[in-house]
Amino acid sequence: DTAMAAQMTDAHRRFLQVLMSKGITEGSEARRLHHHCCETDKVYYAHDKLDDFISTINRHLQPLFMQIRKGMSEEDGRAHYAVVNLAETEVTKMASDYTEIELELFRKTMDLIILSENGFASSTDILNLADKLKTKKMKKKEAEQVLKVFVEDKWLSEKNGEYTLHTRCIIEMEQYILSNYQDVARKCNICRSLAVQSQVCESCGIGMHLPCVRKYFKAQTEPRCPKCNEFWSCDIP
Amino acid sequence: ELVQFLLVKDQKKIPIKRKDMLKNVIREYRDAYMEIVSQAGRILQETFGLRMVEIDPKLHSYILISSLPCAEANHPCRAKEKEKMGLLIVILSFIFMKGNAVKDSALWEFLRWLRVHPGEQHEIFGDVQKLVTEEFVRQKYLKITPIPLTDPPQFSYQWGPRAAQETSKEDILNFVAKVQGKNPKFWTSQHNEATA
Repeated sequence: DTAMAAQMTDAHRRFLQVLMSKGITEGSEARRLHHHCCETDKVYYAHDKLDDFISTINRHLQPLFMQIRKGMSEEDGRAHYAVVNLAETEVTKMASDYTEIELELFRKTMDLIILSENGFASSTDILNLADKLKTKKMKKKEAEQVLKVFVEDKWLSEKNGEYTLHTRCIIEMEQYILSNYQDVARKCNICRSLAVQSQVCESCGIGMHLPCVRKYFKAQTEPRCPKCNEFWSCDIP
Repeated sequence: ELVQFLLVKDQKKIPIKRKDMLKNVIREYRDAYMEIVSQAGRILQETFGLRMVEIDPKLHSYILISSLPCAEANHPCRAKEKEKMGLLIVILSFIFMKGNAVKDSALWEFLRWLRVHPGEQHEIFGDVQKLVTEEFVRQKYLKITPIPLTDPPQFSYQWGPRAAQETSKEDILNFVAKVQGKNPKFWTSQHNEATA
């Protein structure tokens, strides 16, 4: 325990309330919010103490099995923060917001995304799924609407008609995905977190996040696999 | 467990009833109900800065309100919610400025003047009639009561209990003053009421 009070102040509470209401918060925005909360509630502010600030909150969230977790966007490598529920054994966070049939569509879409090579599922494939749902068939138009809502709510993100898991979803469901897709889900060789989108070594099969690849190979003259040392065949992002 | 149940329910802005708490979470610990609820309340206050407020003493239903000074619009919401809140603030303002209760015909005429029409799909709000008469009422932002002895039936619109907790007459008056570029004291009776 540091000398700095491990007490929750109104600044901590305000930070937590806003984080919870936003679902996911990008790193620089979180820093701004930290500053704003400390100013509003007149609490001592040190600009590089965001992690300590968050630890204090997490200490109080621990008995509730909740946590402010930091994750990395697979698109741009930027840090994001989300409040996650550690006790969940399934997609219970979503359970209260969506119907049974919508949840089934989401689970099947998640299957497609995680089992795919590149971490994306095409909208055509997802719409085909909608037709075969166990709960009840979903019409194409309805499925398109539901996908739109998933994107708005930051569970999925869309690029060129293809869908992948939003950073928020990855942060919140990482444990769930790693335990439920044990054999298929890839972990990044560099940062050891779940990698939904990844580049894979052709020789030894290890995977890495695209931003991690970029960072790792920045300093190297010849891109070589960190594990088997074979020449890295994918385009460096 | 109760704390999480309360947080999740409140995120949807639907009041939490005591019987739901008993059924879903407390179950076999019924006798310790008061103890468990007050413990949950302490945690909500200490860790989250949220207060449990009873809005219906008969049904024992509760909502969670931020107890932080000058709480911003901290509610768990999708982007769409901010727009709905904008509309709500305008409606609450209208009701307050008109003496805390307005007839439905007056409200809808006011909204028509803002180019928000019932029965038409609004490009931002969708089915406005449903939003105002169902969603806002369910979330306890508005209260609609039928006016007796009216034919065809007319209704009176007032602030709901959540509106009274989440904002104040003073905040609303300041909003109106800002929009109209006037001093809040310009409206003497409303100002007196708001600062009472």
